[in-house]
Amino acid sequence: MRAVEIAGIGLHPFGRFDGKTVTEMGVAAVRQALADADVDRRGFQAAFCGTAYSGVAAGHRVLDALGATGGPIVDVEAGCASGGAAVMMAAAAIASGQYDTVLVFGMEKMPKGIIRSSFFAPWQEEAGLSPAPAYFALRAQRLMRESGVTKDHLADVVVKNRGNGVHNPDAMFRKEATAEDVLASRLVCEPLHLWMLCSPNEGAAALVLRAASTSGGVRVAAAALRSHLPGNVLSEATPMSGLVDDDVTPATTLAADAAYAQAGVGPDDLDVVELQDTDAARELLSYEELGLCPIGGAAKLLDEGATRMDGRLPVNPSGGLLSKGEPLGASALGQLVELTRQLRGDAGPRQVAGAKAALGHTVGRGANASVVILTR
Amino acid sequence: MADAVAVHEGLFTTEPRLIGGNCAACGRHQFPRGPLCPYCGSDEVDEALLSPSGTLWMWTAVTAPPPGYRGDVPYGFGVVELPEGLRVITRLAESDPSALTFGQAVTLQLVRLHSDDDGNDVVTWAFG
Ligand SMILES: [Zn+2]
Repeated sequence: MRAVEIAGIGLHPFGRFDGKTVTEMGVAAVRQALADADVDRRGFQAAFCGTAYSGVAAGHRVLDALGATGGPIVDVEAGCASGGAAVMMAAAAIASGQYDTVLVFGMEKMPKGIIRSSFFAPWQEEAGLSPAPAYFALRAQRLMRESGVTKDHLADVVVKNRGNGVHNPDAMFRKEATAEDVLASRLVCEPLHLWMLCSPNEGAAALVLRAASTSGGVRVAAAALRSHLPGNVLSEATPMSGLVDDDVTPATTLAADAAYAQAGVGPDDLDVVELQDTDAARELLSYEELGLCPIGGAAKLLDEGATRMDGRLPVNPSGGLLSKGEPLGASALGQLVELTRQLRGDAGPRQVAGAKAALGHTVGRGANASVVILTR
Repeated sequence: MADAVAVHEGLFTTEPRLIGGNCAACGRHQFPRGPLCPYCGSDEVDEALLSPSGTLWMWTAVTAPPPGYRGDVPYGFGVVELPEGLRVITRLAESDPSALTFGQAVTLQLVRLHSDDDGNDVVTWAFG
């Protein structure tokens, strides 16, 4: 199997861009990534496009605008993990020798408000059984019950990530938040307040992957995607029922274990992490599910300051989804753009000094969880 | 008196009891009842009326109406554990989270969601 490297990165800022189409945002990110890789519009053999809400042949529309069609273009939908899924397929195709250079991009223009998906049946919506923040709230309550997490910890996550986002010009929210601000924002679903929830929004990101040269570039050491196992009523699969069984391994852990094994890198080897903070509790749950701390240890890891910029394992230096917002298809790739900058030493005021190993994680509807490990 | 219409057929009886399934191959229960067992893949799923009594496991309240919802807010939302070994996503009759406690006993009831175009009460299940 051949090693795979990230040759180029591109990003359209995350936010709200009235009057701009999803295709235009995709084009902007792709052009940047191709220029960064010094690859022309005919210089890749295949393209994978992560998106969930952009309609049929969304990737084709982007490459059509660039005059870059002719090769295979595949849209990949895996909810919040769509971009991670696209990277997994592109990296595997390069590693196997099928292609030498592959374009991966992702983009979204999310509807405003609570995300409506075709996932639930109409009767479930009518009966009030479909609200995403309520499912997040139940997971948060469980974490609070089982891991000693308090509402103050949830506020602290927001303060940390919003503080990081101040230094990210591509983020949607770039103002610091205090714990008082967070707890004073509207209660959406106890224990989650509005500022503890990320905003669905718009944006695009792109990567050029290629067979690794010997030049010491950023390597894709692992890219794993996993779905849920049945039985957990609170899994991101959002079933109507589950079993009284607390030993169902979550999709994130399945993906992380596969990625650690593939990369030969464990959680103790990581220097920087971008992970799914759809809501503040999800960040803490991800610490545990990714093995960054023992099960039940999330509150302690946060309290120690380990995941702050000046801690031993900074988490979400970009500001996370809580600062950037979440354009589903671009979300995972936005993380990998940030982590590539970190490993290149190009992250400016957000730089984690000497970062050599990085992990990007997304999880959401499906369930789908992706874990990508980059090394240098 | 308006007639009561279920929000969807096959979910609950008027008694009321939730209409679940029980797998003849592995013994596990499911709700709602589907044609196959989600745990072992068997197609021998028998109808099973689930216990109307359970215990509260997790809960919150929904304060803004989600898309497609036509009932009142706030409303209670949570997970109830049933003696069949099931955890069920459910509405809760209580919409104030601070009034609820972990493990408290809850009982199945039917609640009105809204009136349909013919003036009938559309009802669904809740635990309270
Ligand atoms: Zn079975």
